[in-house]
Amino acid sequence: MINHKIFVKGLKSNLGVRSPTVSLAACFIALGALLKDAGFNLQQSTASSFFTYALPGQLVMAESLLIGTSLINIFIAVWLVNFRLYPMTVSLFPLLKHKSQPKWKYYLSSHFLAVSSWLVAKDGYRKIDKKYRIDYWIGIGVGTWSTAVLMTILGYILADYLNKDMMIGLAIVNPVYFFCMMIGAMRNISISIAVIGGTILGPIVYVYSTEWAILYAGLIAGTVAFLFGGKDGSK
Amino acid sequence: MDPNNIIIYAIIVTSLATFISRFFGAITSEKVSVKSKAFQWFNCVAYSTLAALLGRMIVFPAGVLADSSLIIRVVVLIICISVFMFSKKNLVIPTILSAMLLSFFNSI
Repeated sequence: MINHKIFVKGLKSNLGVRSPTVSLAACFIALGALLKDAGFNLQQSTASSFFTYALPGQLVMAESLLIGTSLINIFIAVWLVNFRLYPMTVSLFPLLKHKSQPKWKYYLSSHFLAVSSWLVAKDGYRKIDKKYRIDYWIGIGVGTWSTAVLMTILGYILADYLNKDMMIGLAIVNPVYFFCMMIGAMRNISISIAVIGGTILGPIVYVYSTEWAILYAGLIAGTVAFLFGGKDGSK
Repeated sequence: MDPNNIIIYAIIVTSLATFISRFFGAITSEKVSVKSKAFQWFNCVAYSTLAALLGRMIVFPAGVLADSSLIIRVVVLIICISVFMFSKKNLVIPTILSAMLLSFFNSI
């Protein structure tokens, strides 16, 4: 059902100097501690990372609960901040497609889609036989996802020992890691325009529309990159 | 409503709002070919949306990061990206360094 050798290869890409594990650990430890402060119990904190597994959305949820936002507003805010997962899935899954593989593998493993796993998969898929790329992806995903869940638990337990400066230190790790990964991915003009344009437009649009900023900035910068970046944008 | 129930509902709502983007992404992928223009566009939009989120996280952060100053965050980011470039794209050193630098700058 799953090619074990390839699965383990994916799992192993969570180790080593290019792996997202340190960054994931840092930000989910911070999240675990933050959820405890927001009044979650251990089971609820664990469930949040288990079922949502998308840090910005979980942060939005915790903040919305603290200020007493309605559930429908939480839904919309989380959907908007996590909408990036849609284009990210569409820009990864066609690379993993193979007609011999069952559809349920793709539907279920889409839950593993997060920035960390996506960047790792984009970095490594070329080395894997097309037929088994989905198993490689499941390997990566199981690794990143279980790291996230376990570190949320650890963060919850450590919450009382983490002071504010340490929490702030942990919180910067995630954006720094992702910025480095994205800069590493800037192999051609269109991706470079997309990354630089998005970085600049994101905060600017945010001044005008807090909720829609990421969606608008992403669509504008991405379309500009597509139109002016030449024909090599698929890498 | 019991606050415990509100948290459980919030977790369900957050998970659903997140999974729909992933699931519909998987559905759309069935019809998108790697060689198509649509795929290239989605790829550009994926990178720029991610970059927009990260830009926002640095300039207008949510959570504890908001308690540090913008200048410090930007300086730490620039130092760490430079370390990344000069360390043959090692990711572990700049990420660990970023936590230490920001904790240090923020405590002085």
